[in-house]
Amino acid sequence: MEDYIIDLKNVTVRFNKANMKVDNLKEYVVRLLRRQLLFQEFIALDNINLQIKKGEAWGLVGTNGAGKSTLLKVVSRIIKPYKGTAAINGSVAALIELGAGIDPNLTARENIYLNGTILGYKKEFIEEKFDEIVEFSELKDFLDSPVKNFSSGMKARLGFSVATSVQPDILIADEILSVGDIKFKKKCTKRMRTMLDNGTTLLYVSHNMNSIKKLCDKALWIDKGKPVMIGSATEVCDAYIEKMKS
Amino acid sequence: MTLVRKDKSGGFLEIFRYKDLLIQLVTRDLKLKYRRSVLGYVWSILNPLLVMIVMYVVFSKLFDRNIPNFPVYLLIGRTMYDFVIGATNKAMDGITSNASLLKKTYVSKFMFPLSKVTSGMVDYVLSLGALLIVLIFTGSPFYWTMLLFPIVTLEAYIFACGLGFILAQMHVFFRDTRYIYHAFTTMWMYASAIFYPVDILPEWMRLIVEYFNPVYIYIKQFRDIAYSGCLPSLENIILGIGYAALFFFLGVIIFRDKQDKFILYI
Repeated sequence: MEDYIIDLKNVTVRFNKANMKVDNLKEYVVRLLRRQLLFQEFIALDNINLQIKKGEAWGLVGTNGAGKSTLLKVVSRIIKPYKGTAAINGSVAALIELGAGIDPNLTARENIYLNGTILGYKKEFIEEKFDEIVEFSELKDFLDSPVKNFSSGMKARLGFSVATSVQPDILIADEILSVGDIKFKKKCTKRMRTMLDNGTTLLYVSHNMNSIKKLCDKALWIDKGKPVMIGSATEVCDAYIEKMKS
Repeated sequence: MTLVRKDKSGGFLEIFRYKDLLIQLVTRDLKLKYRRSVLGYVWSILNPLLVMIVMYVVFSKLFDRNIPNFPVYLLIGRTMYDFVIGATNKAMDGITSNASLLKKTYVSKFMFPLSKVTSGMVDYVLSLGALLIVLIFTGSPFYWTMLLFPIVTLEAYIFACGLGFILAQMHVFFRDTRYIYHAFTTMWMYASAIFYPVDILPEWMRLIVEYFNPVYIYIKQFRDIAYSGCLPSLENIILGIGYAALFFFLGVIIFRDKQDKFILYI
């Protein structure tokens, strides 16, 4: 049990398509009368089993809407599974969307503190790491201007720098390297590599098979919430590419 | 240095690990509220003062004879009511307005209603400056019992947190909550004896207000210590603490049990 840092057993996530739309009383009553309230279920993840050991790097592949992000959200505890268990034995840094938690009206400086505390860091810790964060993000000249004036690449840099300023046990990355210029992408990949070398476990989603092959040793392919293939990153990626061609 | 998410998540006590986030969220609220306004924080004092003047002009003809030092009576009631209602109104939005964040990061969800009520309280403490001005301006006496105001504030704060948790989770599932609560608070204002003496009410109404309206109970305590210069009655204090504890307990339980479903509705 303790061998695995991430241990997902029969994880099923169910959304209720009907419920998602009902957010006012009138709709609720109407649907209650029509008995539509409980029946349009949507299984985003169906019986996923995944055991990950400490230090492994896993890639997740699949088409849009296959449930990759939902799986990442289960691991980062944003969504609780409807059935099954998800045991996560370590700290998680989730890079699901860079810049989540950035307040556009605050300055970059204020956002570093806000974003850092959202991630659960202590204020003293952020102060200690502040210069490092600023340096990595290359936003020194814009520290005191409101983030709403930033480009999306700049926001992404800010978000990445804060989120990776600590070495987490588990790093979760969802398609984050698609923003930012080549230079910054390289920098991010390098930082992720360093973390991997230091024993961080990685869970990585990308549509770029090459980057998965480069970063990950193992991969899981899911489709419509069900596991299709699990194995070494190269094998799974090749099979996936093959499937997509046909 | 570790991140905070080592153990079971979602419990109420988790908020203590996020106390730095609370400070950040509260400072953000206060900073943004007055950023780019010329008078800034002065508005925290000026606003209740202006409202009080309007209400004074309107109601002084009606009730002035019954209530000595009407401006102070009025302002205390109004300030306390504004605190509880303003804070709970903002807390109601706590989850829904942070939807995009909660979809992408794990963070104790209690923090959002809690931070809204807390920034409401800071605002309320600042607005006591208005009361100070009116006390001086009207030549009212100062009593040592005024020093007890943190106790009254704390009771109201805990009550507002509890009610805030309940409203925040309700608002996630039913966006109608806002409108229902809005109508309710209008009624609540008239039932809080802000601008009239409570004894002009018929007996049965007075009993309802005195025993079943927590906001009035806190207003009453505040008036005792700052307007009449006496200690609040034991009964009133027990009622005040009782309501605060009850709502806080209920709020935490309900919010905790519902929070895993928020993600499906925001």
